[in-house]
Amino acid sequence: MKIFGIPIFPEQASTFAADVDALYFFVLATCAFFAIGVAVAVIYFGIRYHKKHDGEIGARIEGSLPLELLWSVIPTIIAMVMFGWGASVFYHLRRPPAEAMHIYAVGKQWMWKFQHLEGQREINELHIPAGRPIKVTISSEDVLHSLFFPAFRTKMDAIPGRYTELWFEAQTPGEYHIFCTEYCGTNHSGMIGTVKVLEPAQYQAWLQGGSMEGTLAQRGAKLFNDLACSTCHLDTGQGRGPSLKDILGKTVDLQDGSSAIVDEGYLRESILNSQAKIVKGFQPLMPTFQGLISEENLVALIEHLKSLSPNATTAAAPATGAAAATPQPAAAAVEKK
Amino acid sequence: MSNVAAHADDRGHAHAHHPALQHHFDTMAQQKEAAVVGMWVFLLTEILFFGGLFAAYMVYRIWYFDAFAEASRSLSLFWGGLNTAVLIGSSLTMAMAVRCAQTNKRTATVNWLILTMILGAVFLGVKVIEYADKFEHHHVPGYNFQWAAAHEAPAAGEHAVAASEGAAAAEGHRELSLTPAQLQLTTQIYFSLYFTMTGLHALHMIIGIGIMLVITRMAYQGKFDQEYYTPVEMAGLYWHFVDIVWIFLFPLLYLVERHV
Amino acid sequence: MLDQLKMPARNYLNNGHGLASWLLTKDHKRIAIMYLISISVMFFLGGLFAVGIRLELATPAGDFVQAGTYNKFFTAHGVIMVFFFLIPSIPAVLGNFLIPPMIGAKDLAFPRINLISLYIYWIGGVFTLYAMLSGGVDTGWTFYTPYSATGSNSNVVPVALGIFIAGFSSILTGLNFIVTIHRMRAPGMTWFRLPLFVWAHYATSLVQVLGTPVIAITIVMLAVERGLGFGIFDPSRGGDPVLFQHLFWFYSHPAVYIMILPALGVQSELISTFSRKTIFGYSFVAFSSVAIAVFGFIVWAHHMFVSGISTYAAMVFSFLSFSVAIPSALKVFNWAATLYKGAISFETPMLYAYGFMGLFTIGGLTGLFLATLGMDIHLHDTYFVVAHFHYIMVGGAIMGYLGGLHFWWPKITGRMYSEFFSRIAAILVFVGFNLTFFPQFVVGYLGMPRRYHSYPDEMQVLNVLSSAGASVLGLGYLLPAIYLVWSLKKGEVAGPNPWGASGLEWQTQSPPLTENFVEVPIVDREPYEYEHVAAKEKHLV
Repeated sequence: MKIFGIPIFPEQASTFAADVDALYFFVLATCAFFAIGVAVAVIYFGIRYHKKHDGEIGARIEGSLPLELLWSVIPTIIAMVMFGWGASVFYHLRRPPAEAMHIYAVGKQWMWKFQHLEGQREINELHIPAGRPIKVTISSEDVLHSLFFPAFRTKMDAIPGRYTELWFEAQTPGEYHIFCTEYCGTNHSGMIGTVKVLEPAQYQAWLQGGSMEGTLAQRGAKLFNDLACSTCHLDTGQGRGPSLKDILGKTVDLQDGSSAIVDEGYLRESILNSQAKIVKGFQPLMPTFQGLISEENLVALIEHLKSLSPNATTAAAPATGAAAATPQPAAAAVEKK
Repeated sequence: MSNVAAHADDRGHAHAHHPALQHHFDTMAQQKEAAVVGMWVFLLTEILFFGGLFAAYMVYRIWYFDAFAEASRSLSLFWGGLNTAVLIGSSLTMAMAVRCAQTNKRTATVNWLILTMILGAVFLGVKVIEYADKFEHHHVPGYNFQWAAAHEAPAAGEHAVAASEGAAAAEGHRELSLTPAQLQLTTQIYFSLYFTMTGLHALHMIIGIGIMLVITRMAYQGKFDQEYYTPVEMAGLYWHFVDIVWIFLFPLLYLVERHV
Repeated sequence: MLDQLKMPARNYLNNGHGLASWLLTKDHKRIAIMYLISISVMFFLGGLFAVGIRLELATPAGDFVQAGTYNKFFTAHGVIMVFFFLIPSIPAVLGNFLIPPMIGAKDLAFPRINLISLYIYWIGGVFTLYAMLSGGVDTGWTFYTPYSATGSNSNVVPVALGIFIAGFSSILTGLNFIVTIHRMRAPGMTWFRLPLFVWAHYATSLVQVLGTPVIAITIVMLAVERGLGFGIFDPSRGGDPVLFQHLFWFYSHPAVYIMILPALGVQSELISTFSRKTIFGYSFVAFSSVAIAVFGFIVWAHHMFVSGISTYAAMVFSFLSFSVAIPSALKVFNWAATLYKGAISFETPMLYAYGFMGLFTIGGLTGLFLATLGMDIHLHDTYFVVAHFHYIMVGGAIMGYLGGLHFWWPKITGRMYSEFFSRIAAILVFVGFNLTFFPQFVVGYLGMPRRYHSYPDEMQVLNVLSSAGASVLGLGYLLPAIYLVWSLKKGEVAGPNPWGASGLEWQTQSPPLTENFVEVPIVDREPYEYEHVAAKEKHLV
């Protein structure tokens, strides 16, 4: 929306945009009502009860309990409406649908790296199809970042050592801003990019374009061999490590008697810190991969592992809250010899 | 300030003031109440100061319980226990000092204060021994931090404690599923908190001893009587607070998994 | 009538001359004056950095200074303004000066601690300024880990220590106020006869005493991580960077109330005095201050809705955040109701009070946008947030501070300033402020992130408006510095009660005696009674 050529309202390019904007206008109208009401009242009183002569004093009015209650209770009710509405929009924003298409984003000083399951990798540019829910799993290689799509009205922090996620469904093809909104050092304002929303057909064409390295899962499969994971994690379950076939979303029993649900966070931890959770019946033989595998390769590997569980597609998506509660001592601590 | 004095005279106070009464208070009682309220508010501040550390401790203890348990076992129960006893003892001597000041016993006040300071110094001395031990074993966080998988043999003179601990180990404490690399990482967090918490506590002790030096001098000079002993009482409140912080620190740091 | 007035022969200003009589004073009024000078210096320093920021943002390309320099600008602006101007502003200057005479005391309970707190403030300031001069720091005033602990530069430690030290100044001031209000009230000065200014400071002091130690310990943890290589927040060593945010905001959200609550107290005094009418709903206004202080401690995580906290935790904190809105709204309604059937006049302090009502209302209401979860996801860390907290902290706290300073200036110095220039300044501040910060709401909803050195071209017009407004605002802030200093020598003698106010502080001479009152006053009236003021005036005329 523009006034005199000045944009004053961001484009609505996702399904959320209308929801968030409706909420915005509701709160704006309510607040404007109260602000204007107060302004009119004080200006009117200022004129009407202007002091006319020296020595004049105001009427002695100490207060009024009914009035106090009135203007406590009414704002409380209005605030609760705002809270309820805001919370429901928020809940929706935080619950990606099961069929969402999956993209990985890695923040790094000062760029956004995106990886598609089909294998395309982009920096500061993201191609997505319109009309399909898209889930972005976010991590960081160094400090805090925050992935922000103003046209989609959503953002999420990238936190080193954790996965966070956001989702949206873009509606209108076009090009929109990507910003980093968590201050991340010198070139914070250069950590921007463009999200290109394409018609589904165009998106398919774009996907055909690059992709020399195969899909993300294929790249992961290659890593799975290169890093010698495949020598122990045999599909038969007879190897030195547990079989990784069809484990996604399952609950595994651990050596210390507890159990864990296999999700992305679990896989991440088990690769980086292999001894943190040992599956019952196996020895803690696996080396830890902290500092030895990049965030990008890590998501490729995880994508490969997920592809081994074709029946459990998204049930295992980690809830953000769960991710927050699970410590994942991450990369970079190279063991001192 | 001559003006003020003259002004006070103008108002013609008939009765003689206690020499310790400050000009802006009306009575000794008011002055004392102000000091007491002020001190408690200050202690409230101190509680929240340590509270931030306890919050961090709580989070990491839940996350890395095994590492905390393992690292805690490397601390010496003997020295920790001794220090706890010393500090509780010093609270007693401090309380005695306050009581003596209140009942106008000058020499006894001075003696109890000196004894309290000695006990405080003993505590700090033991802390030095413990810190030196950490330096020796590279348990000070930072670039030289090194966690050796098996914790060191208990210090000499700790036989009884060591024996009971051995028994506890045999019965209860679970097999660790942590690799050396993980212990290296997460025990470092434990020791970071250990040094920050005990370090700040020790700093409070040093400040406390400094305050007591001044108070002892004042007591020696006979500045206190049954009407005015507020500084002794305030120093006492502070000292008891520092003591209580240690009562929390000891189990949190030394006894993580040493229950049977 | 004013012609006959003479400056009192004996007052706190001429009780002792020379530097030592100031630097070693235990008089709360002289300490307040030294605070006033110190924070004014800090304000103009912080303002200088704001000028740098607005100049840079006048064009979309980062062409005025380099990105690294710009980042140091906004960090310096934030650190200086928050920790060295706003937090001490009203409490350490006006509170320090006025609480004892308002409650009929000769001084604060601990005059020496009061002086020590000033010295602590100076030492903290020196640390921070040293670090700013020797290269600066670029973490933002929030010092988020891991950037502050592992990235950035080594000046993080001295700046953090400066804040740590200044924090103790704040704690000691708060402690002093609490004890003073509890134990030093004159006979007859019951709790419900206290001016609302004092109630507001009581609530503020609670926050200072309970919140500040938490930021202190957080800074200690950050400093040992950065300086000694300890591992506490660093994720690469198993630490949790989000824990830092929890601890930081546990103080820094209530810190907002340290800044705004005293201004709310000033506002109540101004509204009552210039409508010559008792405040509407005294006890509601008094308790709403305490309620704001208490609720302020349980809403901190609303700064962290996109920091990876769980969906349900976010909902709880959103709900609690709305609860702070109620006592704030209550205050605004009560002020408006106070005006009803008043005898209103528009001297300069009242202009500030009217400005405050407008800006604080907008600032408070836009807080609702940010507390609303679904919307905060979009607005978080954009210029909408910047605009919102400037409406509270500049539109609220500084308007309150300036209003209060103009109101009590005759009491502090015994002289009046130029009414003409002061009205112009008040209007410039109001207009300049809105021009500066209102466009930032719009550009924020457009999505412009905060702490950006360069930005997309289409957002330029709004940023130019903002920069233009800042120059008006700057002028509005410079003017008082001139005419207030001018008034010290040339201003008309004010007399004890130039505004016809009802508070106890106006019953004594201006400037007051070192002991505030010739005799300890005995209070036998409710607060904000103007009948006797009017009677007295009649008698004089």
